[in-house]
Amino acid sequence: MSMKIPKSLRISPAWAPYVLLSPFVTLFFIFGLFPLGFSLYLAFHSWEPASGLASMSFVGLRNFEFALRDPWFWKSMGNTTWLALAAGVPQHLIAIPLAVFIQAGFKRFRNIVVGVYFMPYITSTVAIAILFSSLFSTDYGLINQALHGLSHIPVLRFLVPVGPIDWLGRPQYVKPAIAVIVFWRYVGFNVVLYLAALQTIPKDLYEAATMDGASSLQQFWNITLPSIRPMMYFAVTLSVIGGLQLFDEAFILTGGHGGPDQAGLTTALYLYREAFDFDDFGGASAMSWVLFAFVALLTWLTNIAFRPRNRSA
Amino acid sequence: MAAYPSVDAIARAAIPAWKRIHPDLNIEVISRQITDHHTAMMTALATESYLPDVMAIEVSYLGRFSRGGGLENLAQPPFSIEAFKPEFVPYAFDQATTKTDSVVAAPSDVGPGTLLYRHDILQEAGSTIEDLQNSWENFVAVGIKIKRASGAYLVANASDVVNILIRTGVRSNQGLYFDENDQPLITTSRFVEGFTLAAQIRKASLDAQVRTWSTDWAQGIRNGKIATLMSGAWLVGHMSNWLAPQTRGLWRAAQLPQKTWAAYGGSFLALPKNITASKKRYAWDFVKLLSLNATRQLAAFKSEDAFPVLVNTYHAPFFDEPIPFLGGQRARRLWREAALNIRAVQVHSQDAFAAEVVNTALFKVLHEGKSIKASLAQAQRLLERRVGR
Repeated sequence: MSMKIPKSLRISPAWAPYVLLSPFVTLFFIFGLFPLGFSLYLAFHSWEPASGLASMSFVGLRNFEFALRDPWFWKSMGNTTWLALAAGVPQHLIAIPLAVFIQAGFKRFRNIVVGVYFMPYITSTVAIAILFSSLFSTDYGLINQALHGLSHIPVLRFLVPVGPIDWLGRPQYVKPAIAVIVFWRYVGFNVVLYLAALQTIPKDLYEAATMDGASSLQQFWNITLPSIRPMMYFAVTLSVIGGLQLFDEAFILTGGHGGPDQAGLTTALYLYREAFDFDDFGGASAMSWVLFAFVALLTWLTNIAFRPRNRSA
Repeated sequence: MAAYPSVDAIARAAIPAWKRIHPDLNIEVISRQITDHHTAMMTALATESYLPDVMAIEVSYLGRFSRGGGLENLAQPPFSIEAFKPEFVPYAFDQATTKTDSVVAAPSDVGPGTLLYRHDILQEAGSTIEDLQNSWENFVAVGIKIKRASGAYLVANASDVVNILIRTGVRSNQGLYFDENDQPLITTSRFVEGFTLAAQIRKASLDAQVRTWSTDWAQGIRNGKIATLMSGAWLVGHMSNWLAPQTRGLWRAAQLPQKTWAAYGGSFLALPKNITASKKRYAWDFVKLLSLNATRQLAAFKSEDAFPVLVNTYHAPFFDEPIPFLGGQRARRLWREAALNIRAVQVHSQDAFAAEVVNTALFKVLHEGKSIKASLAQAQRLLERRVGR
């Protein structure tokens, strides 16, 4: 038995697409387009937030001028680039062979293994903050305890530092500490992406190569890597965008301040502080648009590096 | 009312008393973690929406909140808070008064600074509290003795002494970091002296080099690796309740070295301008209940270690009671003296940024061996760029 919808409630075929699209479009306008437009508007204004919206005044390009001459902004850009490279490159260098290993080495338990690697990606940032703050503790952290343990091994004695490392209190250690968390969080996500790509490679390619006498390494270089190139493009683009917008890990590990000598101050964290700690919403908005231009530029360069080559030649 | 931890509990505890005055009016207390609370309040003021009727403001945020015109001037009728001025501890009232004599908030609690020290460690070093207090030079000399006798560090971080010394000798109408004309004061003698002392402490390895509230800081307090702490009186409550209850009886309180009077924290209650007049009237009644009612002020002191702002509570018997955590010392008398001696410093909208810049300058001196003069000059330039933004 089927219920008939009254005629008055029926949507005409001409309107149906708009009605069905409207929830997304409405949400996109409120949470996507409006903040974008408002941030662009703010970038050209000076605003005393505690005085309300009416206190905005047009300042032209002054916020951009301030952003581009701000030493801390450039310091944050340097930190961000360092972290994007130090955390991003190893993610892919490890995730690709790891995905190949999981694909070949695990049959029954593959999903469990992938799940284990994926777990950090879905773990709450609060839990991560507690975990890593404790791990990186100078006198009582597990990492320093482990290093101390290694120092008893004669061969390693010369490689391991003598005293405990103040991971979060020294500029030279803060960035590596953040990079380790970023790597730990996202390597599993990339493994999942590369595993999906590996499953699309026809098996007969490997069978034919084996029959032609190609070694496993030759198969990896000549079949696997070229076949997953489109996924590499996708994954690297995500890493570039995510790396340049890095916020959570730097925020939680440095208590939201950016660490000693601003060593862990990423650009996303700095513009958040600029707005919400230092009340300069105009300057922060201008910085966010400069960051956007930088992200767009690097994404374009990634596109050039990974776009399909013309094989006809 | 919107508040952050401790102030929220104080407000909730006042609701039964409120109900006796206004039985038909309910009070809802919205609580957030301190940073989130101030971000939410700034957003509410910026957008003029979801404004609470009463807004709690921590002293370090007061400069930013007072700069805009979003808060009611309590000096004007019908509030006329000036009439109650003699009832408040002087520095707290002055702290909420702007350059144009507007009063943007009513004080609700203060944090008189105190020196907490390990009595047993000091004895082991053969020193007395007077040695520690007389002068900053003696403070360092005792630190060396302590290190030799027990291995304990004099302070948690060399920056702790800078935070006090930069508060010493602030001229009236001046802020901590900026003068009355918004010019940065980073190269003045206050900062040079603070940095010099911090460098001495670091050079003699007398600080544990740990950050306040970090795991290592807490552990250092528990296991006797940190001999002194300079903080607000409220820290004793934290230490006794969860931070280091096992050290009960080992700590004592004293005034800060060289008779320095400094405040650590403090809460204020403000009324947003953009709420209805009738709500504002009741909101003011609630503020008066929290800030000007002696019973409520003492109750907050007893339950939340919120030191009273009302001078007429300062002779309550509670101030003379011994504090078991401090070995039975009657330390509240000391804190009362400190509260009455502290002088207000002008708050500035760029204080948060300036504090960050000064910390960085100190870091360069202590860790990278940069000269104090060069480091302070660089900080001064950075702040000059900021002024007027």
